[in-house]
Amino acid sequence: MKITVAGEKKEVADGLTVSALIELENVETPQYVTVSVNEEFVDSEGFESTVLREGDEVEFLYFMGGGR
Amino acid sequence: MAFTNEQLERYSRHIILKEIGAKGQKKLLNAKVLIIGAGGLGAPAALYLAAAGVGTIGIADADVVDLSNLQRQVIHTTNDIGKRKVDSAAETMRAINPDVTVNTYYDFVSSVNIMDMIKDYDFILDGTDNFPAKFLINDACVMAKKPLSHAGIIRFKGQLTTILPGEGPCYRCIFKNPPPKDAVPTCKQAGVIGAMGGVIGSLQAMEAVKYITGVGELLSGYLLTYDALKMEFHKIKLPPRGKGCAVCSDTPTITELIDYEQAACDMKAH
Ligand SMILES: [Zn+2]
Repeated sequence: MKITVAGEKKEVADGLTVSALIELENVETPQYVTVSVNEEFVDSEGFESTVLREGDEVEFLYFMGGGR
Repeated sequence: MAFTNEQLERYSRHIILKEIGAKGQKKLLNAKVLIIGAGGLGAPAALYLAAAGVGTIGIADADVVDLSNLQRQVIHTTNDIGKRKVDSAAETMRAINPDVTVNTYYDFVSSVNIMDMIKDYDFILDGTDNFPAKFLINDACVMAKKPLSHAGIIRFKGQLTTILPGEGPCYRCIFKNPPPKDAVPTCKQAGVIGAMGGVIGSLQAMEAVKYITGVGELLSGYLLTYDALKMEFHKIKLPPRGKGCAVCSDTPTITELIDYEQAACDMKAH
């Protein structure tokens, strides 16, 4: 199926979960990433159980602590 | 208040813009912006806001200028090493534009002083370098209903969002709590490309100018990310405000400011 990750179209396996996508995408500090699917945040407890569907738009939001 | 001839000349490139005009320039001259952190983000933001004629600029920082700051903190010079950053920044801003009144706060922000610090300002700009400060500033701005430009930079990446309390989502809507100490690297540990502060800090200044003049659309409800290596900007749409947010929902569970513990390696550079 096709999904969009961070604005980029990708072909992924059917039934892919959010946690599997996090692994696939090599997300940095995965335990602290915020994930949104179709402009809704997914609770981190729900990463395992959230199955992605065709056309889903996934975003990863990262902590960025610097500034000075 | 009429413009002097000197002001007409100084701000001519603003006044000629139909979106700004004399009216917008007057709004800038009457505006008060607080910049927290006179570093990578705060330095370029302060330079542009002073040059733009923002009438009152507050600058808060508890550090002194260090040689390692000069790679990116462009408001300070080699001659400023050892000076309080707020004094060095204030000198530069006054030298750029005598129209600007600069208020300096040689202090860390904390739950004790932040409400008092932000209360007289129209717009707050977060240029701090650590999560405890970023969460504190977010919560204080939500509670005091102060518009805020939040930003973060690290390595070759940067991001920002504009928070309009009561209207759009806040920082805590995205990130519920700060990460544990040392779990996520800071600039000091990881490094940051100098021009990143220039890119993101200037975008923060742009948001402040747009807010003050009422021009265009603010970055509320979006997180804008910038990856310098890929040379990509990406705008992430955020869910609406408050859904389960501990501080900005209509039934907040956080009603008092929290001083989170600082990562040990960042104590000096707080
Ligand atoms: Zn919120």
